[in-house]
Amino acid sequence: MTASRLATGGSAIDRSRPIRFSFDGATVHGYAGDTIASALLAGDVAVVGRSFKYHRPRGIWSAGVEEPNALVDVGGSVPTTPNTRATTEPARDGLVARSVNAAPSALADRNAFLDRFARFIPAAFYYKTFMWPDWHRFEPRIRAMAGLGKVDAGWTSAGTADQINHHCDVLVVGAGPAGLAAVRLASGAGLSVMLVDDQPKPGGSLGHRAGEIDGKPAAAWIAETVAELAAAGQLILPSTTAFGIYDHNLVGLNQRHCDGRPDTLWRVRPRQIVLATGAIERPLPFANNDLPGIMSADAALAYLRRHAVLVGRRIVLATNNDSAYEVATALAEVGADVTLVDIRRDGTPPTPANVGLVKGRALTSATGKLRVDGVTLDDGTRLGTDCVLISGGWTPTIHLFGQAKGKLAWSEARAAFLPGDPVDGIAVAGAAAGAVSLSEVFAGAGNAVTSSGQKKAAIPHSTGLEATGGITAAWPMPGSKGRIWIDYQNDVTVKDVELAARENFVSVEHLKRYTTLGMATDQGKTSNLPGLALMAGITGRTVPEVGTTTYRPPFTPVPLASFAGARVGELMAPVRRLPLETIHRANGAVFQEYGGWLRPAHYGGNADAERSIADEARRARQSVALFDGSTLGKIEVIGPQAAAFVDFLYYNTMSTLKPGRCRYGFMLSENGVVFDDGVLVRLDEQRFVVSCSSSHVAAVHARLEEWRQDRFGRGAVYIHNATSDMATLTVSGPNARKLLETLDLGLSLDDSDLPHMAVGHGTYAGDEVRVARVSFTGDRSYEISIRADRAEPLWAQLRRAGQAFDVVVIGLEALMILRAEKGFIVIGKDTDGTTLPHDLGVDGPRAKRQSEFVGRRSLFTEEAARDNRMQLVGLAVPQGEAPLATGAHGIKRIDGGLRSQGFVTSSYQSPTLGRPVALGLIERGAARHGETIEIQHLGKIRTATIAPPCAFDPAGDRLHA
Amino acid sequence: MQLFPCPFCGSRDETEFHYGGDAGNIRPDGAEVPIDRWADYLYLRTNPKGTAREIWVHMNCGEFFVMERDTVTHKVLSSAALGGEHAA
Amino acid sequence: MTTRYSALSLFREGLAGQTGWQPAWRSPEPKPSYDAIVIGGGGHGLATAYYLAKNQNIARVAVLEKGWIGGGNTGRNTTVVRSNYYYPESVELYGLAHRLYEGLSKDLNYNVMLSQRGMVNLCHSTAEMEIGARTVNAMQINGIDAELFSPEDVRRVAPIYNFSPDARFPVFGGIWQGRAGTARHDAVAWGYARAASRLGVDIIQNCEITDFIIEGGRCRGVQTSRGAIRAERIGMAVAGHSSVLAAKAGFRLPINSYALQACVSEPVKPILDTVVLSPGCGVYVSQSDKGEIVIGGGLDRIPSYAQRGNLPTLETVIAGVLEMFPIFGQLKLMRQWAGIVDVVPDSSPIIGESPLPGLFLNCGWGTGGFKAIPAGGTLLANLLATGKHNDISRPFDLDRFATGRLIDEAAGSGIAH
Repeated sequence: MTASRLATGGSAIDRSRPIRFSFDGATVHGYAGDTIASALLAGDVAVVGRSFKYHRPRGIWSAGVEEPNALVDVGGSVPTTPNTRATTEPARDGLVARSVNAAPSALADRNAFLDRFARFIPAAFYYKTFMWPDWHRFEPRIRAMAGLGKVDAGWTSAGTADQINHHCDVLVVGAGPAGLAAVRLASGAGLSVMLVDDQPKPGGSLGHRAGEIDGKPAAAWIAETVAELAAAGQLILPSTTAFGIYDHNLVGLNQRHCDGRPDTLWRVRPRQIVLATGAIERPLPFANNDLPGIMSADAALAYLRRHAVLVGRRIVLATNNDSAYEVATALAEVGADVTLVDIRRDGTPPTPANVGLVKGRALTSATGKLRVDGVTLDDGTRLGTDCVLISGGWTPTIHLFGQAKGKLAWSEARAAFLPGDPVDGIAVAGAAAGAVSLSEVFAGAGNAVTSSGQKKAAIPHSTGLEATGGITAAWPMPGSKGRIWIDYQNDVTVKDVELAARENFVSVEHLKRYTTLGMATDQGKTSNLPGLALMAGITGRTVPEVGTTTYRPPFTPVPLASFAGARVGELMAPVRRLPLETIHRANGAVFQEYGGWLRPAHYGGNADAERSIADEARRARQSVALFDGSTLGKIEVIGPQAAAFVDFLYYNTMSTLKPGRCRYGFMLSENGVVFDDGVLVRLDEQRFVVSCSSSHVAAVHARLEEWRQDRFGRGAVYIHNATSDMATLTVSGPNARKLLETLDLGLSLDDSDLPHMAVGHGTYAGDEVRVARVSFTGDRSYEISIRADRAEPLWAQLRRAGQAFDVVVIGLEALMILRAEKGFIVIGKDTDGTTLPHDLGVDGPRAKRQSEFVGRRSLFTEEAARDNRMQLVGLAVPQGEAPLATGAHGIKRIDGGLRSQGFVTSSYQSPTLGRPVALGLIERGAARHGETIEIQHLGKIRTATIAPPCAFDPAGDRLHA
Repeated sequence: MQLFPCPFCGSRDETEFHYGGDAGNIRPDGAEVPIDRWADYLYLRTNPKGTAREIWVHMNCGEFFVMERDTVTHKVLSSAALGGEHAA
Repeated sequence: MTTRYSALSLFREGLAGQTGWQPAWRSPEPKPSYDAIVIGGGGHGLATAYYLAKNQNIARVAVLEKGWIGGGNTGRNTTVVRSNYYYPESVELYGLAHRLYEGLSKDLNYNVMLSQRGMVNLCHSTAEMEIGARTVNAMQINGIDAELFSPEDVRRVAPIYNFSPDARFPVFGGIWQGRAGTARHDAVAWGYARAASRLGVDIIQNCEITDFIIEGGRCRGVQTSRGAIRAERIGMAVAGHSSVLAAKAGFRLPINSYALQACVSEPVKPILDTVVLSPGCGVYVSQSDKGEIVIGGGLDRIPSYAQRGNLPTLETVIAGVLEMFPIFGQLKLMRQWAGIVDVVPDSSPIIGESPLPGLFLNCGWGTGGFKAIPAGGTLLANLLATGKHNDISRPFDLDRFATGRLIDEAAGSGIAH
């Protein structure tokens, strides 16, 4: 045994609650409060993973989010999650953990042989080979090798993630000494505060580093602070990571619950952000510095104090800075044999008791196979060991500051980038700002709060021994012997960085992309700075000259489910629903989505849909049909300039329309393309109703508002979208009038009073109804609009009264057949984004209109005047043949090849005509009626005859029948 | 998530707004407008890197307005209801 | 020194500690003048320089890059290569690019890892299937490989898709292009840079254009942060910043700059073999050779030059991903980023001489520039060498905004706007 659990201590663990879980199939014991990593260490499990490329054995490096090595897939008693960090994942009873990128286990990985070929597969080797005969020959095997964790194909969601919006005066990120002090000050000043920390308990480094504050031990001060905040009603979220600062200082948080519930996403909009995010300890460069058993010194101290785990018995602690001395002292106190190797000769802190100190020496290499067993110093001294701890200095965690576009400033004294010029609304405090001693930390926290305009309050005082920040930088050096790792997870070594420099990948972004340095799941938290410092050394530049790569969210990986939240299934993209949906469902309607609306496609259930549709279409022509047309747009245009307004908005002149009458017309886009079609109703001199197509209501409404405000003025016209206020029930067919006459609507249905394209007003059961005689079927039709919430009795009565006329309720599919028989178009189906009004045979306004309208100038471009434009036609095929495929193209044979000359836009079997009908957009089609054209669909060719669009009742007699 | 100031409703999330193009892009009327002038109105954009004057609509209230903002830093400089050059 | 890349040279260098490799490209000081200048060291600019040297025998060429090569959209996209286009003009353009991509690794002696594992554009309704059929038929007529997939076909290539009966966007079928796939984006930039450099092209990084030298109404060179550099023919391929350079040259373009975001999950073992695009979910997804799930969605809705991701668009995109692939609910987002793209009214590129004679444009690629790099380079090189369009580039000239002859792929899908 080398690593072990001490008999006493451990502030995080609860020895009364033992737990058991498995790692790579072996049982691991621990206590509530353990992380997977602390329990593995307590069980002396050295090899916990394999590196991405060379499959090197790897041990636990850290005790936090920066962990590059200890990734595990978890499952069992916890939700299945690939690639979790063992160092932050709570150990739970019944959890099943598996090492990633290793088979059958991390200890005995069958791909470990790859490391022997490492010299042939350096950084970016894949760009130089696998070209012959072809990359596809090699790729499948390489893909199979890549990736870390495994996706569980049988996974199902345990529920959707909550998403919470929150506002506060001050958001403090990090509950270490700086964060706690800042939040206490802000709270004391009467501000609303939110404190978040990614650890399960507040305290940060105070949880394992010594400290005495305001005369109390750190733990007491933390407890007191937390109690005070709770009493003041402030929000404290442990196990919560601030992963991103977005535009206008919106902060994204991911809160873990660790009880099986999905994480929660918080969007926080604070007035002031205080980043007290601490610092991350760096490795030191020496050969084989990636061996299991080599660990961050601070992590060793954290495991000791929090989990009572002593990570080794014969410990070599290599350092270049003062922070390691406290670690050495603590380890020696619990009986470890500690040798402290300090790169510095002078200016070191006092030698800790019972610690062997070697000054002015650095490690040059480590030895061992599956675990470190010795090190060599630069004077050749060999030391046997079972654990090597590294303290290579501190990299302030300034990711969020960088994300907020904060500029960084290089500090030679700290050997680190620190926050530079301040960013509006963001203050950085504590170790993240380069502070070392608690008194510095508290002073910085005080400034962070007072800088937001609060009056100065009493800051806490460190009354204990003060940490010191002496450091001598020890960056990886070019020309070093052996294999020195910089990025552990992605297997980037000093030689790889040298190779990148040799090949001119000297820009820091090129370095990253070429070698993949910093692109692993840890996003380079321990490797970026050493890597760019090495590049600086190789290229004779300073570290700030090399610069950093861009800081990008998220700070640590965030569950996709957190971002999606409740936007799952229908809530991902809600559909619009008809007021009468339940009635239609009860009547056997089969619903489909059309242009964002859920509408009855047909009735009669799912069985034999085609026959149901054909029956509906046939019967509609025989007597009378009912159709729910409530989705039809009903946008009112009201005001003194309403007539001028609709003239400008429509391609057709509308101001000549008489009150009580309707007119069909197009709306164009400014590029001349037909944007929408429909009927405009004039109710009176200053009042119109725009009946736009169902799927265009929102867009047409926006367009009307735009021109109203931008051209006519707010007082000239007023726009009201009444689409969802009213239901529209359509009665169509030869017996439509007879059916309507059975209802007492209080208006004359006489053709002289209500002719085709007229509108009348009546009442039904005390509610006003508007009856418009417009037809999309080609038969006499009445569209009855009534308050949406009163439509149900009217619909019911129409159905009841209709029984005498063999009424048929039709869905949208039958309507599509009826309108196609008539050659009536659906915008976006029978037109495309190039269709101009004259392509549809409506050239009058283009030729004659004198007044201005939207899209006018675009109707006179070279393109608009082209003589081979695609024009709307009918396409006839002989009786007995199947309908043409919608989407089939008309083709021309040119020089042995094919060229499209248009396509089929709508195609149906007409039950009334007993033959197929089709519409299409065909080159020069209007002048080619009677011509035969070849139509190709999925490689098969057939012929059709170009015909007028209208195949049924071309004279229009049935409108008045 | 940016916050935009609707002159009518105050500060709201960016998702409530829709971009409406360059402010001051005056529409030339008439069927005889030179085609280059028409294409200029229809298609050409200033697209400045830095301060931009743009038309926006707050979709919740339906009002169009002019907003000045920085397209790099996303700092909002001003917003005002449509008027003057755009009002009838 | 080792110059040629091969398994053998890699083996030899392995024995020699990988110390014999030459710089992938030279970084010389800029000369005072060149035969041609290409502004922009992204994929399109570097490809232009390469094809100038290779196809047009013009090797006195400088590529001027404001930052580091491949640092714009070339290094920020989702690496999809496809040519499933509707209009014949687009097919010619993207078809050329696709064919060149297929030979690119050998041509450049640089493995760009073109991985043709296919792409399916899903159809979620009968109406979308009709448009799908229209598109597939157009592609087949225009000589591009395409198939109309049934739901069973989709299940075969993407078995982990959400085929549940209550899926928000059920699968009715899809448009399949088997030759589509992905390529390693950085490698495309570096491969072109290396090949161009070896043919004599000077690649000048950290060289920002401050102004154009205009004499006699013609562009004769550029002022840069590294001094004046002259040439009679100047091309610009600076996606995202085209309007900024155009303003310096005194004209405007039909372009708005928007951020386009992408993101990747943590790497996982292979689970998704093809590129899957769902128009309903507004997302397309693939899995990289490293194992990351690569996710792309729609544009941000706010014109911007800030190369950073935001939260609302990300949330929308991720919701779409999980609707497509519910089992990705166990994955975590690892990295989010954004590039600035040129958005043109018809979403087709602009290739041709600018209103300033002597200055030629390669811009307006919108969200799809990466797949077109070899064609964009070939066409701009042809323009710079000859001053004239060829049949492939002519339809994409800036003059189409006056003639009205736009090439709008969305219009072909029935979208009126």
